[in-house]
Order: sequence, then structure tokens, then C-alpha cells
Amino acid sequence: MSEHIVSKKTYYTVFLALLAGTALTVVMAFVNLHNWNIVVALLIAGAKASLVIAFFMHVKYSSKLTKMWVAVGFIWLFLLLAITMTDFLTRAWLVYKP
Amino acid sequence: MSSATAIPSEIADVQWNGERLNYLNNGHGLKSWLLTKDHKRIAILYLISVSAFFILGGIFALLIRINLLVPQGEFPADTYDRLFTAHGVIMVFLFLVPAVPAILGNFLIPIMIGAKDLAFPKINLLSWYIYMLAGVILLYAIFAGGIDTGWTFYTPYSTSYSNSNVLLAGLGIFVAGFSSILTGINFIVTIHTMRAPGMTWFRLPLFVWAHYATALVIMLATPVLAITVSLMAIERVTHVGIFDPAMGGDPVLFQHMFWFYSHPAVYIMVLPAMGIVSELIANLSHKNIFGYKFIAMSSLAIGIFGFLVWGHHLFVSTQSVYLGLAFSFLSYVVAIPSAIKVFNWTATLFKGSISYDTPMLYGLGFIGLFLIGGMTGLFLAALGLDVQVHDTYFVIAHFHYVMVGGSLMGFLGGLHLWWGKMTGREYPEYWARAAMIIQFVGFNLTFFPQFILGYLGMPRRYASYPPEFQVLHVLSTAGASILGIGLGITIFYLLWSLKRGKRAAANPWGAPGLEWRTTSPPPTENFYETPVVTWEAYEFAPIETMEVLGYPGDPGRPTQPVHAEHGTED
Amino acid sequence: MAILVTARTMALIESETAPERVEMHAEHHPQLAHHFESMEQQREAGTLGMWWFLLTEIMFFGGMFLAYTVYRHMYFSAFAEGSNVLSIWWGTFNTAVLIGSSLTMALAVFHAQTGNAKKTTLFLLLTIFLGLVFLRVKYIEYSDKFAEHVFPAGAFEWPTHEAPAGPHNVGDLLLMLTGFEATHEPSVTQQGLPVKVTTNHAEAGPYYGVAGPIPEEIENPSNAGHVRMFFWLYFAMTGFHALHMIIGIGILLVLAVQAWKKKFSREYHSYVELTGLYWHFVDIVWIFLFALLYLVDRHP
Repeated sequence: MSEHIVSKKTYYTVFLALLAGTALTVVMAFVNLHNWNIVVALLIAGAKASLVIAFFMHVKYSSKLTKMWVAVGFIWLFLLLAITMTDFLTRAWLVYKP
Repeated sequence: MSSATAIPSEIADVQWNGERLNYLNNGHGLKSWLLTKDHKRIAILYLISVSAFFILGGIFALLIRINLLVPQGEFPADTYDRLFTAHGVIMVFLFLVPAVPAILGNFLIPIMIGAKDLAFPKINLLSWYIYMLAGVILLYAIFAGGIDTGWTFYTPYSTSYSNSNVLLAGLGIFVAGFSSILTGINFIVTIHTMRAPGMTWFRLPLFVWAHYATALVIMLATPVLAITVSLMAIERVTHVGIFDPAMGGDPVLFQHMFWFYSHPAVYIMVLPAMGIVSELIANLSHKNIFGYKFIAMSSLAIGIFGFLVWGHHLFVSTQSVYLGLAFSFLSYVVAIPSAIKVFNWTATLFKGSISYDTPMLYGLGFIGLFLIGGMTGLFLAALGLDVQVHDTYFVIAHFHYVMVGGSLMGFLGGLHLWWGKMTGREYPEYWARAAMIIQFVGFNLTFFPQFILGYLGMPRRYASYPPEFQVLHVLSTAGASILGIGLGITIFYLLWSLKRGKRAAANPWGAPGLEWRTTSPPPTENFYETPVVTWEAYEFAPIETMEVLGYPGDPGRPTQPVHAEHGTED
Repeated sequence: MAILVTARTMALIESETAPERVEMHAEHHPQLAHHFESMEQQREAGTLGMWWFLLTEIMFFGGMFLAYTVYRHMYFSAFAEGSNVLSIWWGTFNTAVLIGSSLTMALAVFHAQTGNAKKTTLFLLLTIFLGLVFLRVKYIEYSDKFAEHVFPAGAFEWPTHEAPAGPHNVGDLLLMLTGFEATHEPSVTQQGLPVKVTTNHAEAGPYYGVAGPIPEEIENPSNAGHVRMFFWLYFAMTGFHALHMIIGIGILLVLAVQAWKKKFSREYHSYVELTGLYWHFVDIVWIFLFALLYLVDRHP
């Protein structure tokens, strides 16, 4: 068996980091950063998700293959969002003048 | 019949009827089939049910063609809507998507990579039951009132106006999606973790590569369809405005989400057939396939690029024209890996020692018809031209050339190539060739006139048409009848061969793949010993070196003929 | 030359004995399925399969994230309005609860890996408990919205009352979670009467088409129709998420029983691990849902 057992201490540390991230994201939501609020919120959420994936889901200790598949999942989600949003963002460029 | 001592001890308790133990006679009765976890038996279950749905879908196709014999239409427009939707839904979700992966892929992938079974046999059986559940739901939706939205379920018609069984159909498609997801997971995991010793990635048969790419597409695309039909159902029940422009929603969002699945789904349908064609071209040219790595990688490339082109279905919607430009370009790009395959197959044929057996005829048919289907696809990918031919019979003809000319031809070619392996019996060669030629003629007569119809402006999904189109429609209906007869002959002689066909040899084509190194039909565990692969893919060796691995011999026939031109008399 | 060589083949051919399977694995673990060669291969297959299942889940939720992105882009002000009546207190509390359940799940996996059946069971039960707390809070939030007719289907009333403030102290929280205290007290109403919005195609709103975003002034003045767009997304996304939680809790219950019966060992605990992956995934979805649904436009 070549599985890696993550120590309890790591789990607790990650847990505290996640709680801190939650607190931070709530606090930051009340600060007016104009268009950057959503960016900050998503960055913090992304960081929290990465912590969960890396430690709770053991991806940090997994094979390159698993790492690649995780990346593929998020890349494909990005493709779906990015390409479709390209449509909605560029529609307005064309304005009919009757 | 020799002495009883030659009977392997492990099968001594099986009623001995002169045949060696294989997956077909290892267990009898309905229960042994319905509760089986053997991938080969599950493949047979799929074969039976998928064929039944195919016949049903074909009957709907003939009804469509009958309606279009006369300009005003034989049936009321309402009925006609239900007919073409039934044809589309059955053919897409119950035939084309599962046909090759769930039947031939299921049967062959473990054998080709030298494994005893797929990684999750129970999930494999579950996927068949889920498929049957989806089939029952969809059949109920079709026969208890029908669906009139077309297989694309475009909103807001499907959510606000249609009075047909849209909800049930959505449920059926959702469930069918689960079935293909489970099959996809099984394939990916099996190919990753269960390859026999020595079976490296670049020794995998191209059939396996094609299925690997297909499984990737299934896994990444199908869930989007599931959420799309879920949202459509929620919208239909609650009218909260998800896709309703009257309430702030955008129906084009539905189209984006739908085609994010349904365009890659086209590759789910055709990639496995391409894998089959790679196999049969190489095996029946008796020649190492030209450009192995290019074919393998082009499968992956098609899988990936297939995700980036869905917007060419939305050229005439409100989709941004700037994104349309990008989609148009990317749609041209995806033609490249397909062309790579066609060139490599052709190069494999060059100077090969070709035997024109039925599978090869289907392979050649595939190349020719897929070429026409693919090239007319470029017409449709062109942003400007698509505005003219969008939603006309040109589109219908195009995707039937790819789906019928491609997927169906590939599927039938594969079925013939491996029929002896699957059933232990040979199909009758003369009838098979005749049926293939009839199908080829009938197919072209059906769909070539539709290119002209579409170019002249005949829109799809209309029950009636101006009288000047009648000649072409009659030709098309005539072709459909011929195609139907051809397919009927195939179904007939394949059934006939189950009882009367000659016994199949282990390796009738003199092919090098692992599936030819076990008996026909294979034993339940696929091989008599775990194979160790020491050769490259498609390394054609002298026939006498191709032995059945670890085979202990038949009681009456100590050594089974490994290679014989046409098997042995029963 | 293409040949296959194993010593066993030769032995078989020579002796013409029964074609029994070559036993590759000397010691056969009772939980090793017949078609795998080793426990390691079996575990690897399970993990890979689970990851691929999670990938399909990403794409499944992805469809809703896409709808969210599109409509948020179109109707930002309405989304901000809708988001602000969600209780940030409950949202934050639930995020913490779910993160806590992820921790207990991870610890359950840890104890399964080290072969401690009692502690595995304990942490599985803790995970179930935290999952139930999460669902209970979700129920409180949903009933608030139903009570105020802030549910997209049927009669949708907007503007609505201010968001319920949530519990005042720990005792209050316990009372609300156990259902002994009325969970909702209408507080100050926003100015203006609620506008009822019903499904009616006659009052068709502006269509977002080729010409780009609709100028603000011809949009529905109360924004109510588009706030409803926010709320169907809210209910669909959190609803599908809650459905995943319920399925997860069901699986965890089975696992807890099995762990109690000492079915898992140092060598064999894949199911705990795989369920852990699923549970953490559900947690990740919530992390994003919280940021996207509760925190759209909170700042003054």
C-alpha cells in the first residue's frame, strides 16, 4: 500500500485556515472595492477550495494523473463559462441602426 | 468425443454438450443473464436492447419518409412533429450514443487490454438497467401522447407552449445520461488501471484509444445536458423565467448549454466508429496501420476540439457575431484531426493485401460517406453559407452522412468483424456483402437528394412542401425503403447465423490483437492465462505464431484451428 | 516475433491440466474482487473512478454557475438586491458548519486508514450530525423565504421585509435550531408596498438581444422580475446542493454502521475514502455558493 496518511495536525491547521478564510471573505464583502469585490470573493473561495482539494482530498499527495484530472475538471468548467460569456459580452458591440 | 478425462475439472459439473466452456454457456437461464456481471454478457444485453430501439427508430424514419411522399403530407402536421421527434430522440439517445461503446466497447475493451473484466462490473450492469429505464420512460413519453419539440427541446417552445410529454422526455434523457456516464467512468478507469503486463499506452489498439477519447467526452459533456434538461423541466413546471425572454431569461443560454453537450455528443457517436474503422482497415489490409500515433492523438484532439465548436449551431440566433467568427474558425480546425484519420486509413490501404470481406466493405463505405459528411460540415461551419442552409435539409443530409454513413456503417462493420468472436458463429459472407451494397445504394439515394433539397431551401421539420420538391422527396423515400430492406437482410442473416452459421475460428482474419488470441467465443475470464504483451500494436506476424493463449484444447479436437479462412463445418 | 511467454503456459500445455486461473496473488484478501490483481490496483481504480465522478459533478453544477454568471452580468442590481435579503449570519454559520463537517470527515478517513474502528464510527456520526445541522439551517432559511413569498414560483412579492437577523446569542441559536423558537420575526419593512409579480406573458419585459443591455429606465422599475431570476438561481443551486448533502448523509449512515461492525481495516477502507472525496466536493461547491449568492453586493 502506497497511500499517504496525512497527519491530524495538518487537518486541524487546514480547518483553522478555512475558518479564517470564511471570516476574511465576509469582512471583505463589506468593504467597497467597486468591481473588485467579486474578484476578491472568488480568489478567497478559490484559495479555500484549493486547501480542501490539496489536503482534505489528498491531492497534494496523489499521483500526477489525479492532479491532472482535477485540473481538467476546472479547465473545462472555465471553457464553458468563458466561451459562453464571450457571447454575452460581445453581443452589444453590434448595434443595429434602423 | 474423447474421454472424460480431457474435460477441464472446473466445468465438469456443467452439462457437457460437446462444446468447451465459454461465456455464453457458462450459466443458463434468464437469471444468469439479468444478474450477470460479465462485461461480455452485458454487451449482449446491450446488443439486444439497442438493436430493438434501432429498429423502432428506423420505423419512425420510414413513417417520416412516407409522410413526405406527397407535398401536402400524409399525416397531420401535429403527428408529423411527433414522428420526427420520436425518430430523433430514439436514434440519438438510445441508439447512436450507446451503440458502439456499450456493445462493442463493453465487449472488447477488457479483452483488448488483457483484463478479466471492466473495473466496476456491478456499475456496468447498473448502467444497462438505467439505460433500459430511460428507454421505458422515453417509449412511454413517445407512445402516450408523443413529444413535438424535436430532439433539441428548444425553449421557450418546450417550456411554455408545447402540450406534449416534454417533462417525461427530459426525465428519460436525464436517466439515459446517467447510463452513459457510468459506462464512461468504467472505460476510463479500466484503460488506466487494468492493462495487462506489457500493454503500454502506445501498444493499445486504436479502438481502445478511440473509446478512451469518447469516454472523456461523455464524462465532461453529459452532466451539462443533465442540468440543462433539469432546468428546462423546472422552468416548464414553475415558469420562473429561466429561459423565458418575457421574464428576463435568455433562450440562447439554453442553446449554449444544450449544444455544449450535443455537439461533443456527435463525437461520442462517431469516435468509437472511427476506432472500429482503424481496426478493420488494418486487420483486413493485413498491414500495420499507417501513422498509429497520429490516429491515436487525433482521437484525443477531436475529443478536445469537439468542445470548442458548439456555437456553430447558434449562427442564426442572437449569438454574438464576433464569437460566431471564432466558432466558425474552430469548426474548421476540428476537421483537421478527422482528415488525419482519413489520410492514415487510406495510406494503410495503399499496398496492403486487402481482403474485400464485409467488414472491409463497411470500412470503405465509412471512409467515403464520412468524407462527404465531413466536407459538407465545412459548408455549415462557414458563417455566411450557414445562414442560407441553416435548418434546411442540407443539415439533415450532412449529419445523416456522418451519423448513418459514419457511425452506423462503422458499427455494422465492427459487428461483422467481431461477430464470430461474440457469438462463436460466422455470418454468411455472400449475404452480408449483398446487404452492405444494398444499404450503401439505399443510403445514398435517401440522403443525397436531401443535399439538393436543402440547397434549394426546403426547411427541416415541415410536414408539407411546395410541389416542385416532390421528385427529390420521392427519390429520398425510395432510397429509405432500399436502406430499410438492406438493414432487414442484415438483421435476418445475423439471427439466422446464431443457429446455422459456421463455427467461428479463434482468429479468422489473421489479426494480431489480443482479442484474437482467445477462443471464439471467449471464456468468462477472457483468457486462459493473464497475457503478457511483448509485441507492438498491429504487428502482423506469421500466422502459425498466433496461438490461443494457454488454451487447453477441446475434448474432441485437441487443438482448435487458430486460423482458418472460413471456419469449420459444424 | 510475436509470442507470449509465461512459465505457466508451458506447464499447462505440457500437462494438459485444467485451465484454472493463474494465481497471481498469493494471499487473497477477502475484499479483493476477482477481476483485480491486487488491493493496490483495486484502490487505485476506485479513487480514479470517484475523481471522474466528481468531474461530472463539476460540470453538472457548472451549468448552473453558467446561468448565474450570465444573469448576474445582465441584472447586477437585481442580484445585489436579492442577495442582500439573504441572511449573511446564517450563511456564514452554515459555511463554518460545513467546513467543520469536512474536518470530521477527514478525521474519519484518518482513523480508517490507521484502523481505528471506534473513532472512525464516531467521526462519521459527527459528520452526519454537522450535515444535519446544515440542512436544518437551510430549512430555516427556506421557510423564511416561503413565508415572505420570496419564492420564484407562484406569486412573488418584492420588495420584501429586511432579512431576518439570525439568533442573538448561543442560547437563541440552539432554540432556533431545535425549533423551540419562532425562527422568523418580520422586522422593519422596506419603503413601498410589495409588488406582486405573476407569470404573465402579456407584461413581457424587455428582451436582451442583439442591441445589448437594456437601458436602466425601461427595465421593470421595481426590478422585481429580475430579482426573481436571482431567487430561482438561489433555490436551484442551494436545492441541488442540499440534495447532494442528503445523498451524502445517506451514504455516511451506511458507512457508520459498517465501520461499527469493523468492516474496514488498514488494508480495506476505500469506501470511507471515496465518500470523503464526495463530501469534500460538496463542501467546495458550498464555498463558492456562499461567495456568489450571499456576498454579491454587501458593502454600503
